[in-house]
Amino acid sequence: MLQRSELSNVTGSNMISLVPDDAPVTRRRSQIAPAVAKARVDSRNRSEKWFRFLGVAALSSAAAFLVILLTDIIVRAVPAFTQNSLAIEVPLKAELIDPAKPAAGDYEAAVRDALRGMFPTAQSRPEKKALESVLSVGAANTIRSAVMAEPGLIGKTLEFPVLLSADSDLYLKGGMTRVETSLGASPVTVSATTGPVTVTAGSGEFQNDLRLVKLGIDTLISDGQRNLRRLELSVKSSKADLTLAEQALAAAKQGATPETVKPAEDLVATLRGDVENLTKTVETANAQIKVLQDRASKAGSEEILDSGMPSLLLLVNGGVIKATRISPDKIEGEVYLPLTSTEPSSAWTKVLLETPEGGRKVNDRQAGYLEMLKAEGIVQSNFNFPFFAQGDSREPEIAGILGALTGTALTMLITLLLCLPIGVGAAVYLEEFAAKNKVTDIVEVSINNLAAVPSIVFGLLGLAVFLNLFGLPRSSAVVGGLVLALLVLPTIIIASRAALKAVPPSIREAALGVGASKHQAIFHHVLPLAMPGILTGTIIGMAHALGETAPLLMIGMVAFIADVPASFSDPATVLPVQIFLWSDLPELGFKAKTAAAILVLLVFLVMMNGLAIWLRRKFERRW
Amino acid sequence: MAVLSLALLVAVTWSAYFLGRRKGRELRATHGATHSLAHFHGWYVALSTALPMLFVILVWSIFAPGMIESRVLSHLPAAMQPADDLSRSALLREISNAVAAPQLLDGLKPEIREAVASTIALRNASGWVGILVALLAAAVGFVWSWRRLAPDLRTRNTTERVTTVALFACAAVAVLTTAGIVSSVLFETLHFFSKYPALDFLFGTQWSPQIAMRSDQVGQSGAFGFLPLLTGTLLIMVIAMIVAVPVGLMSAVYLSEYATPRARAIGKPVLELLAGVPTVVFGFFAALTVAPLIRGLGESVGVDVASESALAAGLVMGIMIIPFVSSLSDDVINAVPQTLRDGSYAMGATKSETIKQVVLPAALPGIVAAVMLAISRAVGETMIVVMAAGLAGKLTLNPLDTVTTITVQIKTLLVGDQEFDSVKTLSAFALGFVLFFFTLILNVAALRIVKRYRQQYD
Repeated sequence: MLQRSELSNVTGSNMISLVPDDAPVTRRRSQIAPAVAKARVDSRNRSEKWFRFLGVAALSSAAAFLVILLTDIIVRAVPAFTQNSLAIEVPLKAELIDPAKPAAGDYEAAVRDALRGMFPTAQSRPEKKALESVLSVGAANTIRSAVMAEPGLIGKTLEFPVLLSADSDLYLKGGMTRVETSLGASPVTVSATTGPVTVTAGSGEFQNDLRLVKLGIDTLISDGQRNLRRLELSVKSSKADLTLAEQALAAAKQGATPETVKPAEDLVATLRGDVENLTKTVETANAQIKVLQDRASKAGSEEILDSGMPSLLLLVNGGVIKATRISPDKIEGEVYLPLTSTEPSSAWTKVLLETPEGGRKVNDRQAGYLEMLKAEGIVQSNFNFPFFAQGDSREPEIAGILGALTGTALTMLITLLLCLPIGVGAAVYLEEFAAKNKVTDIVEVSINNLAAVPSIVFGLLGLAVFLNLFGLPRSSAVVGGLVLALLVLPTIIIASRAALKAVPPSIREAALGVGASKHQAIFHHVLPLAMPGILTGTIIGMAHALGETAPLLMIGMVAFIADVPASFSDPATVLPVQIFLWSDLPELGFKAKTAAAILVLLVFLVMMNGLAIWLRRKFERRW
Repeated sequence: MAVLSLALLVAVTWSAYFLGRRKGRELRATHGATHSLAHFHGWYVALSTALPMLFVILVWSIFAPGMIESRVLSHLPAAMQPADDLSRSALLREISNAVAAPQLLDGLKPEIREAVASTIALRNASGWVGILVALLAAAVGFVWSWRRLAPDLRTRNTTERVTTVALFACAAVAVLTTAGIVSSVLFETLHFFSKYPALDFLFGTQWSPQIAMRSDQVGQSGAFGFLPLLTGTLLIMVIAMIVAVPVGLMSAVYLSEYATPRARAIGKPVLELLAGVPTVVFGFFAALTVAPLIRGLGESVGVDVASESALAAGLVMGIMIIPFVSSLSDDVINAVPQTLRDGSYAMGATKSETIKQVVLPAALPGIVAAVMLAISRAVGETMIVVMAAGLAGKLTLNPLDTVTTITVQIKTLLVGDQEFDSVKTLSAFALGFVLFFFTLILNVAALRIVKRYRQQYD
């Protein structure tokens, strides 16, 4: 026993105890049966394997999180890197755009006219409106800038890429609903060119579409059933409330306190009404589900395509028909874009949109026009260069990150210019000159604590000191740079001190030995040797600053700024704040933009960290 | 004007340096040897020239605007003299706006227009006079130092002393920052407590700053109760720790005890990459992917989950903190002397038994410190909770419910609000104060534990 306790004194911890402390000494000496011993070894080996597995599992789950995160963002970001536009011939008429004053020209009207020219049959107001709404509000921007640069273009007709609205863009990328396009197999006849029409085709032509529509009913049924379950639950709880209230009423009546009877009666009456209403709702819901089930079960029966059902569009003879009633070989529908003729046609297209019209931003009419444009072959999908060349905008399709990138560059420049010299200076002082005294202790403690202060607190400092006390311009890159410089200063000081410490004393001593002053030894010999380490630390600190958001929100870099900042005192925003701002917006188009901006930010971070690793590899010296 | 004076400063310093160095070389040539090298003479002259000039520029830029303001105001007719500080600053802002943007002039009263004109004139004049005075100071410094230059003048020592002071000033920036943080949050917090009772803040159970903004309800009891924020913050922190501590610790154990060099070459960068992902990205992931996922899961098993549940924010925050816990634990596990492990192996213990019963207990203080630092990180984290947690201050411990945190409230109270004196904005500083001291205590305690523990084995 004495030996054991000595041993645990040596290690300062609980040693492996194969035998309980209170076990009699004789048992320890006795032979353990081989079977028992084997079982014990097996169990120890099992626990060894299990522990090791836990370690692998922990590490791989961390890796899995990373992979999921990156995949999620990349998948979301991909659509933002392409952009759909229409390649149409735009006549730049002099009556719309005055050659004397090209800046005041009505370019939007020129684009609208050009688009209308492609659909001469669209004459009614809703048709024209839907046609224009597929375009972006910035559709004419490229034309405007082209004409401003070259006024000689006025009067000519040129092909321009005309930007589509964010919703149209998303629809064409398939982000709005699943679209199934198929060519008609048999010739089709339409009863009229406009108004309500009947479309007849070869037998069974619409069989498959009908089947798909019926599948849509199934989702309606399951939605209804889920709703029904919820309703039944509330009926149950209302009934329980009613029973309780009735008991309370009975008690009140017996208790002979007339003033409590009246409210109790009222409560019971309200609850009875509730239960009745709810039961009725449940009954109607049940009946609806029955009807739906009935519809779904009859495979060949005709279907009504109302707003809760998938949409079927037909593109025939240059027109668009929206089906309202479908049976295996006949469709009744409404013309959304008048047809050019009622000739029987064999080259026609069916477009089935899975999501009901109410559940998407692009309605059937717009979808029909977009499908027509696509069929004409003038929809182009290009790499989204403007995303990198434009400032922010309220419209997702013309919002870009150039403003945020410029703001980031300006802010980072200020940060670097401030924190590199100050950080290195502080590190040199603390490592080489500081005497061991109270002042130095205070400095050291401050640095260590600052390294762990939440970043938002630095934002409070910036707000209280730089904005309110010094009156520096709000939202500007200079204040952002100042705050971030203070934020990363501890990181740089700590890294620089480590780098200075790693330079062997022999270098210093040799310099001093040949007559250099202390300053000369440090600035001519030690500091240059520590520079790679200092730069690595600085890059890592700058990468940290690049991803920082919270303190910049505090100093007002969160405002909507469409202009690209031109100076350090202009209102600016930075990439992470831009990401935050976009992620808050409800428009679907901004979701992809946000992910794309994140991807750009991550690319920058990976590049910076890669540079730091390369520097470390290239210049690291082991003494 | 500022750019011009700085450019002049650089130019003057530059030429003073070259002149001084030339004189130093001449001295060397004529006298054979000097105490200091020629370029130290250059630096000596440059510093003697630049420092007085810089001093004048700074003093001028601090005091001149105020003097111009009071002079302009004193020339206004008596009827327009501002009555209090508030109207004074409003008047001054009006004037300075018009100075910056002349198109505003048309809409102003003639007296103000005159004041604007005299402000412009005075600013111009003061700028030029300032530059002249600065140049004069530079000239005095230059002549003084120039005349002192001599073969045995110890210019190197002087230069080095100035450098040392400059280096110390760099180090002092950290102290100034700390002091700035403490004083700014402290003063605003005291200001807040003078308008709102501190006890109601600390122990109130209702947080609704928006209600308090309405008309004359300012300072009514119950509106700035801090407890819901505290429970919300702690709830999210605990969820984050439940994710981060086991995963981070086991990763560190695996990497430092089991992993082959190849596994380490993959594992370490993975954790470093995870550590390098900005928090705003995690926030986006939490709000757009994890929260709907948890809500969907909850719906499928019939549990009602808030769309901004504490669980989503906590989980993602946990993922964010994994590398932090792992790298800190890795350090402390590596600091456990090999002799302890060898001793354990010699007793016949398996690797996992050694880790569980020798290495981890020996590293425990360091691991505790790591967890404390991780907690402070989780409490101070802003973007994930801003994007994925809610705004309603609910006093609940249900992880599926929506809660709010200290950092979310600071951000919500201060962003987009320009006025700076309301109870609402001041309360944000009180929250900042709580946050700063909570994390400060955790950090100091953790650093102390680490320090003591290190000494044990060194």
